[in-house]
Amino acid sequence: MTLLLIIRRSLRQHAFSTTITALAIALAGGLLMSVWVVKEQAQKTFTQVNTGFDAVLGARSSKLQLVLNAIFHLEASPGNVASADFEFIKKHPAVKLAIPIAVGDNLRGFRIVGTVPELFSDVEYATGRKFSLEGGKLFDPAAREAVLGSFAAQKLRLKIGDEFHPFHGLAFDEKNQHAETYVVTGVLAPSNTPADKVVWIPLHGLQTMTGHDPKVATDVSAVLIQLRSPAAGFMLDLMYNKQGNRLTFAYPIGAIMAELFQKISWFDQVLTLIAYLVALVSAAGVLAAIYNSMAARRRDIAILRALGAGRLLLFSAIVLESAVIGALGMLAAFAVYAGILTGVSAVIRTQTGVLLETFIYNPVMWWAPLGMIGLCALCGLLPAWKAYRTDLAENLSPLS
Amino acid sequence: MSLLSISALRKSFVSPEGARKTIVDVPQFSLAAGQHLALRGESGSGKTTFLHLVAGILTADSGSVQIGDSDMAVLSEHARDRLRAESVGYIFQTFNLLQGYSCLENVLLGMAFGAGGADPGRATAMLERVGLAQRLRHYPRQLSTGQQQRVAVARALANHPKLVLADEPTGNLDRKNAREALALIRETCRENGASLLLVSHDPEVLGAFEEVQDFSEINRVLKEVAS
Repeated sequence: MTLLLIIRRSLRQHAFSTTITALAIALAGGLLMSVWVVKEQAQKTFTQVNTGFDAVLGARSSKLQLVLNAIFHLEASPGNVASADFEFIKKHPAVKLAIPIAVGDNLRGFRIVGTVPELFSDVEYATGRKFSLEGGKLFDPAAREAVLGSFAAQKLRLKIGDEFHPFHGLAFDEKNQHAETYVVTGVLAPSNTPADKVVWIPLHGLQTMTGHDPKVATDVSAVLIQLRSPAAGFMLDLMYNKQGNRLTFAYPIGAIMAELFQKISWFDQVLTLIAYLVALVSAAGVLAAIYNSMAARRRDIAILRALGAGRLLLFSAIVLESAVIGALGMLAAFAVYAGILTGVSAVIRTQTGVLLETFIYNPVMWWAPLGMIGLCALCGLLPAWKAYRTDLAENLSPLS
Repeated sequence: MSLLSISALRKSFVSPEGARKTIVDVPQFSLAAGQHLALRGESGSGKTTFLHLVAGILTADSGSVQIGDSDMAVLSEHARDRLRAESVGYIFQTFNLLQGYSCLENVLLGMAFGAGGADPGRATAMLERVGLAQRLRHYPRQLSTGQQQRVAVARALANHPKLVLADEPTGNLDRKNAREALALIRETCRENGASLLLVSHDPEVLGAFEEVQDFSEINRVLKEVAS
C-alpha cells in the first residue's frame, strides 16, 4: 500500500521524464511487435497463397519467377507455352484442372490478365471459398468484356458499364494504348488474394489484341494447375524439369515461396536485431531518466528513511517504478503497433493485393511486453542500488 | 523510570583532512517518560548528531541508547528503522516534508512504517488537531512555513511515539509562528503522553521550558573545549 503510494507519487513528481521515457518504450515496443508480426504473417500468408492451385506450368525459367508471375501477378512472364503443350497438360490424367492465363497488357498500371471463365466458376481460391461477383456478371469469353478485381476496380474508379482501352506491356505507358475497347461487366468481391488487383478479360481477347504477334495468338503465358494427387506433382516435376528442357513446372507453390523467404531471411534477422537494439536503448532510457533524477530524489529517500522506511522498501520502489514505466510504455506500444501494422498492411495490399491478417494473436504480444517490463526493472536496479546506498544523515539537511 | 537512558555514548567522524574528530561523548543522560526537556546548544555543538544517534539515524561508535526495552546503539539497521518508525517522532528545523505528497499523505507516511500501519482516520485527526483540517489535500508548497511546521508536528506524533525529538523546530519561523509551533509541540506531546527532547539555541524557546540543560554539560567534547 505504502509502496504503491511511493511509486505513484514518484511517477507523478517526475511526470515529464516518465512520459517521455514511456513514449520511447512505446515506440520501441510497438516497432518490435510490428516487425515480428509482419515477418511471421507475411511469411505465413505468402506461403499459403496459391489461389487454389498446386502448380504452375510456364516457359523455361525459374520456378519462383513462374509463381510470382502467374499467382502473384508480380514478375514478368518468362515466355509462352504453346497451345499444344497446354492441351497436353490439360488432358494429362494426373491433372484435375488446368487454367490458362495470358499476360502482357495493363490498365494504368493494373495488370490485365486473360483467362477462361472456369477460373471463377470451378476454383476454390481458399478452402471452401470461390470467387464471387460483387455485382454484374462474368465476361463472355468471346466478347470484349472485363471483370475487375475489387482493389483494381476501387483504385481505377471503374464500375459496371464503364469502358476502357488496354495499354500494351506490364508497365503503364500512355503511348502504348490499344485500339480495342473493353466494357466492365462485373466486379469481384474482395478475396484478399492477388486476384483483387487484376483486370480479368477473356483469354482470346488478350491473345488477339492488336499489336500482339499473330503467330503466337494461340499461345498462353502460363497454366495454373490443380493436381489429382501430390505424387502426380513429383512425376510432372520430373518430366518437365529433369527430362524436358522447354518448360518449367513449378511445384509445390508453397515450398517455392518458402524458399524465397528463406533467401531473404537475413533481412528479417537484421530488422529483428534492429528492433531488439531499439528496445534495449529505450530501456536504457529508463535507467538514464531515473538515475539522473537520483540527486533530486535523495532528500525524499532520506526523509522516508528517517520516518522508518527500510532500505529494501526504497530499493523495491525504484525497481518497481522502472517496471511500471515499462508497463505504461508497453500499453501505449499496442497503439503504435496498430498504427504501424495498418500502414504496412495497406502498403502490402497495394503492392500484392494480399491482405495480411494483422490483428491476430501472436505470442510476441505477451513476451514482448513481459520482456520489456523485465528489462526496465533490470535497468532500475542501478538507480535502486543508489537509493539503497543513500546516506540518511547526510541528506537530512542541514547538519549543525 | 526513564524512557531514554544513554551511557558512554561516543561518535566520531573522519574530517576531510583525515583526522578523526570526536563529536559526541556523552557519559550519561536520561529522560523520564512524559518529561519535557530542552537542551541549549549552539550550532556546531554536535546536537543534531546527538539526536540522530538517539533516533538511530546514525550508529554510535560505542555506548548505549536505551529506548524502553531496546538499545538503539546495538540494534541492526532494520531493527533501528522499526524502532524509529514505532517509538520516535522527529521534528526538523527544515520540516523535511515530502514535497510530492499532500499533507495527509505526509502524515500517513509518518505512521506507515510502524506496526500499526497508516491509519487515515488518525492522520486526519492529527491534522485537525494542528488546525489544518481544511488543508488535507494541499501540498507543502501551498502552505505557509508556519503551516508546514504544523504538518511536520502532526507527522511526528501520528505514530503515537514514546519519544519526540525536535531539532531547532522553530529556527525557520518568525516570532509569532515560533511561539505557536512550540506551544503546539508541547501540547500534542502532552496529549499523546510522549517525552519531548528539544534542542535549540533560541533563549525565547528555552525560556518556555521548565527544564533546560546545557548541552555542553552533557557532551564532554564541549566541556573539554570550554576548559
